[in-house]
Amino acid sequence: MSELEPKRAIDGAAEESIHIPIAGPASLFTQLKGFWVTFAAQFKKVTTVQYPEVKEPTAPRFHGRHQLNRHPDGLEKCIGCELCAWACPADAIYVEGADNSDEQRYSPGERYGKVYQINYLRCIFCGLCIEACPTRALTMTNEYELADDSRKKLIFEKEDLLAPLRSGMLQPPHPYYPGTDDQDYYHGRVTEAHPSQEQK
Amino acid sequence: MTAVQPQTDLITLTIDGFEVTVPKGTLVIRAAEQLGIQIPRFCDHPLLSPVGACRQCLVDIEINGRAFPKPQASCTIPVENGMVVKTQLTSEVAHKAQEGVMEFLLVNHPLDCPVCDKGGECPLQNQAMTSGRGESRFEGKKRTFEKPINISSQVLLDRERCILCARCTRFSKEIAGDPFIDMGERGALQQVAIYEKDPFDSYFSGNTVQICPVGALTGSAYRFRSRPFDLVSTPSVCEHCASGCSLRTDVRRNKTLRRLAGNDPEVNEEWNCDKGRWAFQYTMVKDRIATPLIRENGVLREASWPEAIAVAANGLQGKKAGVLVGGRATVEDSYAYAKFARATLGTNDIDFRSRPHSDEERDFLAAHVVGSKVRYSDIDTADHVVLVGFEPEEESPIVFLRIRKQVRKRALSVTAISPWQTRGFKKLQAKYIGVAPGAEGNALAQLSLTNQSVIVVGERLCESAGGLSAVAELARKSGAKIAWVPRRAGERGALEAGAIGNLLPGGRPISDAAARVDVAAAWSIESDSIPTSAGSDSKAIFAAAARGEIKALVIGGVDPFDMHAPDFAGLESAFVLSLELRPSAITERADVVLPVAAVTEKSGSFMSWEGRTRSFEQAVPETPHQSDLYILSLIAEALGKPLGFSTVRGAAKEFGTLANWDGARASFTSHPVANAAQGVTLASWRQLLDNGSLQVNEPNLAGTARKAVARINAQLAAKLGVANGDLVTISTDHGALSLNVELSDLVDDVVWLPRNAVASQSLRMLGVLNGAQVNIRKGL
Ligand code: SF4
Ligand code: SF4
Ligand code: SF4
Ligand code: SF4
Ligand code: FES
Repeated sequence: MSELEPKRAIDGAAEESIHIPIAGPASLFTQLKGFWVTFAAQFKKVTTVQYPEVKEPTAPRFHGRHQLNRHPDGLEKCIGCELCAWACPADAIYVEGADNSDEQRYSPGERYGKVYQINYLRCIFCGLCIEACPTRALTMTNEYELADDSRKKLIFEKEDLLAPLRSGMLQPPHPYYPGTDDQDYYHGRVTEAHPSQEQK
Repeated sequence: MTAVQPQTDLITLTIDGFEVTVPKGTLVIRAAEQLGIQIPRFCDHPLLSPVGACRQCLVDIEINGRAFPKPQASCTIPVENGMVVKTQLTSEVAHKAQEGVMEFLLVNHPLDCPVCDKGGECPLQNQAMTSGRGESRFEGKKRTFEKPINISSQVLLDRERCILCARCTRFSKEIAGDPFIDMGERGALQQVAIYEKDPFDSYFSGNTVQICPVGALTGSAYRFRSRPFDLVSTPSVCEHCASGCSLRTDVRRNKTLRRLAGNDPEVNEEWNCDKGRWAFQYTMVKDRIATPLIRENGVLREASWPEAIAVAANGLQGKKAGVLVGGRATVEDSYAYAKFARATLGTNDIDFRSRPHSDEERDFLAAHVVGSKVRYSDIDTADHVVLVGFEPEEESPIVFLRIRKQVRKRALSVTAISPWQTRGFKKLQAKYIGVAPGAEGNALAQLSLTNQSVIVVGERLCESAGGLSAVAELARKSGAKIAWVPRRAGERGALEAGAIGNLLPGGRPISDAAARVDVAAAWSIESDSIPTSAGSDSKAIFAAAARGEIKALVIGGVDPFDMHAPDFAGLESAFVLSLELRPSAITERADVVLPVAAVTEKSGSFMSWEGRTRSFEQAVPETPHQSDLYILSLIAEALGKPLGFSTVRGAAKEFGTLANWDGARASFTSHPVANAAQGVTLASWRQLLDNGSLQVNEPNLAGTARKAVARINAQLAAKLGVANGDLVTISTDHGALSLNVELSDLVDDVVWLPRNAVASQSLRMLGVLNGAQVNIRKGL
């Protein structure tokens, strides 16, 4: 077995010195060519942006902060399946699922994400979680201003990640749109909230 | 396992071009495993009888050049000479057949893996990837059912996901003997069903959840709690009874989320009971004692460890003390208590039996149990098993399964001596000898056994005077083996560790001078510092404390209400040091309370009823708690008489040097069988699921506990003028309790009550033991 292993130096004495050849100073022409590059750059169009006074839009598919989406009536799309956490190569996502009941319904179907955390100190914005998500609950926004001054603040909770309620949406928990079931939600047949869904 | 393996004929066959020789009767799928060839399967399980229900294991088989016309299920076909088997690895036909079966299985499968608890550890997911087609051609509508239905409070059934492998139904019928689930309907509508009115009432139902190859059966307690990749699994040992099951404890972020049965062919095979599987919340309850507490002006206040240790040492210094270990300590902790009592406190007043006990029992343990090596395998080879003072299904479920296995396999004859013919006895097809409680000894004297027989004795036989003497006499006469099965997991270990007044570690009789010299030498103390006479037992220790003779008590994990008429007076007057998990009747009265680690938070070992050491490692990585032995070592240090170890490893090593004793065992003098009490007598024992302190916070588990009822037979019912379901009141001088009657197969003039059900704590409420006379009347 030891045959296959690289030989390691046991102590300093056994190490071989490495010889790096140095060619001497560059020729005058080469040096002038270098100065020219610098000089010519002064006349090029400036690409520096005076951030944060000026903010350029990102590329449309830029990987920014995550968002947990909602169905059109406000129910959460996340089913707490942990597939995003599984896919994450940086172990940045923590999910705990829980049981939906008719009285306490957060998402269509049996299961919802009770605890949902993304640790932005770990996240490398690779987007593998987005690809793993079976319900399109998790997507990425273009928001990139994520710097903060404590570790704690950089662990985003479910409230921080959930998409805001748009008009026509109701804050879960609330029941299904009357006369529908989970399949109707998955097939996009629920398009708005119904007043009867509001829970006192 | 010294039993000689019977000579079996060997058979040689070829699988995928490799020759393999296996015993006759081996199934093709097993023979392939010997070669490391994995044939996909669902219904096949090595401990269940083959059915060939799923058809996933199809292979091509040829015998002596004649091929089967179609691929065959390798899990149902035994090997034969000259067989040539081609699996999916070498046969295109087998491969295609397996893909076809998988496609059919998935036709009605909801594929809702993201919300399925099996996702990530699902044989169907895995084998759909390895042996299935990438794409489905099915475009129709899938069969749907209501999702999920509770077949008991702790088992959920999702019929959409079921692939009808019949593992669960076969387990229930063949292993547990509780056929409360079965296949209903036919064809595409076939489904696992429960009987309309009977819930899935089995102590072993958790095993069906574990062996279901899909997410059709899941546990309520673990529902949506985690994914396999979140869990850190540690091989563990169950702390709930003396069966000694090996378990696997799965922990997510310092929280125990589930426990599964481990695979130990010599002990629990692949099974366990629902208590071991589902009762673990007690370590995570809110009222766990978190810091040391000391009593000041009558109330407990929090204290630092150094302060509490100093107060404890001060309270114990120079006083005559008694030590109560409780039956739940690990071997190492018990050993530490045993050494602490002798070497630090200089007393033999130590007892691990925090339950009804007798002197007869103590002598019996010293003479016939300590050091004995009766094993589960002795049940496998027994010609006759006698159960006395013991209901195996309630009191040691794996002993029950093991006996039942032999009953099914070779019609092992079983005799049950008991006042009530329970369902468990019926499942063992036991010959029932109905005796009034207290008269077991007389029935034992009538039996004739051989040296291949095993007498399985429960701890509660000590309540019948003369019972254990009759066991000893029967064993002497016939050469039968004695298997003493306590209920608590720590009792056998504590006995071996010497946490009892008449024995030193390793079963050395305290009265034996050589034994004392032996132990004193190992402990590096003066041999005359070990008292020569046997110490008091638990009850006598409490009584002596009440009389003021014992002035300090060290109590670890004891619930005084488990004992018979405990005398609390001593707790008020003596200095009491309590090592506990949670507030109890002892901590309420203790002067110093020190929190200890639960089983999942420490390493150590238990001893099964066989005396087999069952070691386990710490499962929960981060804990503020320390084991009993570490805390005792601190106190011993403060008292100036150190224990000489402070780690589990250190204690285990030292105990290892003392564990065996080849000197003489203590002698045993027979006690006569007591005369039966007049009138109606009480029979009572604990059931598996009850009000036990290690089962707190488990509503799903508690939902499958047996209903608390008073059991009487028709004769007594007629005498009282009550019918099934009527209320009766049972009373003694001590108290009374009222329960509904259930007519059962009992002996005349006996009423059976659960000993520790939520609604019926017979010991605490009535204050009497088995065989005592009680009053019973109709109504309240
Ligand atoms: S965000 Fe998507 S992948 Fe993650 S838990 Fe929720 S549903 Fe599953
Ligand atoms: S049983 Fe297996 S394949 Fe079926 S939904 Fe559950 S995880 Fe998926
Ligand atoms: S419930 Fe599970 S174990 Fe039972 S038949 Fe269905 S798939 Fe098999
Ligand atoms: S049989 Fe006993 S040791 Fe086994 S799991 Fe049940 S309680 Fe635990
Ligand atoms: S494993 Fe052979 S038929 Fe199911």
